[in-house]
This record gives sequence, C-alpha cells and structure tokens, in this order.
Amino acid sequence: MAKYLLLKHYRGAPASVNDVPMDRWTPGEITAHVQYMADFADRLKETGEFVGETALAPEGTFVRYDGEGRPPVTDGPFAETKDLIAGWMVIDVDGYDRAVELAGELSAAPGAGGRPIHEWLELRPFLTVPPTIGE
Amino acid sequence: MTTGVDEVLLRRLAPDVLGVLVRRGADFAAAEDAVQDALVEAVRVWPDGPPRDPKGWVITVAWRKFLDAARADTARRRREDAADGEPAPGPAPAVDDTLWLYFLCAHPSLTPSSAVALTLRAVGGLTTRQIARAYLVPEATMAQRISRAKRTVAGVRFDRPGDVATVLRVLYLVFNEGYSGDVDLAAEAIRLTRRLAAAVDHPEVAGLLALMLLHHARRAARTAPDGGLVPLAEQDRSRWDTAAIAEGVAILQAALARDRLGEYQAQAAIAALHADAPAAEETDWVQIVEWYDELARLNASPVVLLNRAVAVGEADGPRAGLAALAELDAALPRRTAAAAYLHERAGDLETAARLYAEAAEKAPNLAERVHLTRQAARLNTS
Repeated sequence: MAKYLLLKHYRGAPASVNDVPMDRWTPGEITAHVQYMADFADRLKETGEFVGETALAPEGTFVRYDGEGRPPVTDGPFAETKDLIAGWMVIDVDGYDRAVELAGELSAAPGAGGRPIHEWLELRPFLTVPPTIGE
Repeated sequence: MTTGVDEVLLRRLAPDVLGVLVRRGADFAAAEDAVQDALVEAVRVWPDGPPRDPKGWVITVAWRKFLDAARADTARRRREDAADGEPAPGPAPAVDDTLWLYFLCAHPSLTPSSAVALTLRAVGGLTTRQIARAYLVPEATMAQRISRAKRTVAGVRFDRPGDVATVLRVLYLVFNEGYSGDVDLAAEAIRLTRRLAAAVDHPEVAGLLALMLLHHARRAARTAPDGGLVPLAEQDRSRWDTAAIAEGVAILQAALARDRLGEYQAQAAIAALHADAPAAEETDWVQIVEWYDELARLNASPVVLLNRAVAVGEADGPRAGLAALAELDAALPRRTAAAAYLHERAGDLETAARLYAEAAEKAPNLAERVHLTRQAARLNTS
C-alpha cells in the first residue's frame, strides 16, 4: 500500500532508446501508442491500482506573489528550465518492486516503427502519514 | 452509513450474517455482496422503525438480496454458458464462522492491500466507499481491488484453521498504516482484533491486541495542534489514555503468563514499559533493551535492530548506541535519524545537525520530515 507518481517528461529525462519525435511517426503508430496508454490505465483500474492521471500542456507560466495589493507577477515559459513535465499517473501498489514493474511496462509503449520507446519515466514515492507504531 | 442508525452494531452483524448465508450454501462473493446490500438497506429503513431483532432482519434481507441476485445471475449465465455451475460447499464445520472469515480474507494468495480491503469489508462491514476514502484511492479502484480479492479466494476451502499469523499481519497493517477518512481505522483494527481474540485462544492475538491498545492510548499526545509529530520523549503523558493502558497491560500479562512468547507480545512489552514511565527520564531502558534482545531472537529484522541500537544508546550511553548502529546497513530507513539523535546526545552538535538534515531528506513521511528539519534548524540556529 504505497502510492507512487509516474512522471513523463517532455524535457529533462535522459534520451529514450527509440528517440524519434512523435510528429515523425506514422498516424498508425500514433494511434497504437495512444491505445497502449489507454489499455495500460484500464488494466490498472482493473487490478485496483489506479489512482489518477493527467496529461499536461507543454506551455506553462511561472507565477509569484508580488506584495500586498499587487497582482501576482507572471513570467516564462523559460526555455532554459531543465524539467518539463508531460504528464503524470498516480498508482497505489503493494511496494516499490511492483511500481518499478509497472513503470517498465509503461515505458514499453510503442513509438516509431511500432517498437517500444524505452522512454525514461521518473518514479517518485509519496510522502505518507507516519506509522502508528514507532518504536 | 450515518445518522439515526447504530453503525457499529450493524457492522458487528456483518460477519455473522455472512457466515449464515455461506452456511446456507451461498458462495462467498455473492453472499458478501448481499450482506453489503442489506446493510445499506438497513441504514435507509431503520430510522423509520428499527426492527426488534436486528440480526434476524439483516439475515432475512440479505438472503432475499442473495436470491434476487442469484436469479438474475442464472438468467445471465444461461446466455454466457458458464462452466462453473457447481454449487459451492459451505465452510467446514470444524472452523468457527467468524474465524473462517478472518482466515479467508487474510489468505496468503492475496496481496497485503487486497487482504486489508477484503477484511475491512467482509469482516468489518465497511462500505467500499469508506475503505476507498480511508486509503485515498478512487471508489472504482477499491471496488475492483475487492472484487478481484473475492475472485482470488473463491475456491479456498478450510477443513482446519489457517495460520493465525497471516490474520495478525493484516490487522497490524490496518492499525499501523491507518490513513484518514471518515472511519477511524486504528479503532476499527482494535475492534476486529478484539473480536478475533474472543474467537481464538492464542497468546499472539492477545499480544497484538495489547500492542494496539498501548499505542492507541498515546494517540492524543502524538500529534501537536499544528499536525506535527510529537516524539515519545516529548509527549505530555498526562494525555495518555490510562484505561487503555491498564487494559493493554492486563491482556499482555495474561498472555506472557502462558510462556509462548511471540513478536507481538515482545513489542507490546516494550510499549508497556514506556507506558509505565511517568516521565521519559524514568524509562526503564535496561529492561527495554532486554526485550529488544528477545525480539531480535524471534526476528532479527533491520527495524528491530535499529530500535534496539537507540535503546542501547539510552541504557548505556550514546557511544554504545552509535557502536550498535555502526553494525547496521547504512541504507536502512531511519538509521540516519537515529545517528543524528545519538550524536546530539554525545555532544557532537555539528555532526548531529548535518545528519538531521540528511535524515529529513530521506524521511518517508511528511510529519517526520518536518520534525527532522526542525531538529536540524534548532541546532543550526542555537
């Protein structure tokens, strides 16, 4: 019973093995990819391990407080920012090994040539509440 | 389930009624659904006029729900040409109804999270929604987890009691990793363990019940008003629940008297020694180390050895504690936090501050991270 965030990067992760930009795939390959992702989520719903997922637009805005009575300052996007998150999925699994297994499956989504992308996904454990029995 | 109905009474009926249905020949998965439906109906109908015999009422309604579902299912099955048409035999009479249910829901073929979910629903009588909220997952996800668990144990038959240790592990998980939600999972774990203790005579069941009561007793003192974690040494002991402590100690003593020591009894003995100290400085650390030695003989897990090292640090001084710690794997969770504490006690504040900060980064939960960061900040700014 541990929750993990699976992060998919537009930018910031090491290069995939099958590193071809999506706009160079065939339409059929894109369809197959989208189907794989949907099937993966469905499978997790069926095993009772799915919590949620969202895809994110590549454009973002940085916002910060600018003092009492002033509107927040907005800026960006910054091209030099290292990380750019493409989307996330949260899973609730029995432990780290299962989380790694699932991330590996997701990373096998087909890309150019119908071959697995071998994309690097970032796996981040949730901070939880402390256990009751401490000593 | 809320308002106007004694929810705890209803939930207590759940495993009994389930047992009755299964003995009448209903298969476990369908019977469990029927009991849930009956409980929901009770919540709807009882406020207008509660029955004189609640259990009889729930049995009648659950049985009717089961028959309705079975009829609908038969019609569907004819179309699907299902092969598993053979009637499921009831549980063997050798095993008590409630006990059989505990064993089934904690069956080794289930993953821990499935066993926990199934136990809370079938034995605890909680709704899927309540369990989903407690574990912070969508209701549909929890529903799937439970129905898969039911499928997994569908073919299980008990001609003799299972291993009680598997049941205790599940109850321990419910108690120890209780999250939030509208159900108090720690209290629920105690309720279920109490009931198990009444159904089976086993010193480790008593040991786990004592362990839970002794830790539950500290609950009010464990959390600061801001939600922060208050470590044992800093807790306001006047806020400990003395009735729960007295009950836990009495149960533990009766269990220990039977001279069949197990891990839960040993852990409860340690908790009892903490409960016995009017102030942290008066803790009998020498005895606590002895109990950790017992615990390590039963199961020398890294967590036990780490806690033992901390206890040695209290009993024989921080240098002794650090020496005990040095023998343990550096990657062990909370090892750095323990080292920080022992270094501080030994007077090496610089190392302690650095280790507290490092431990904060590795903390598995937010409360511990905040606590450890605060410790580092305290040393860095004093």
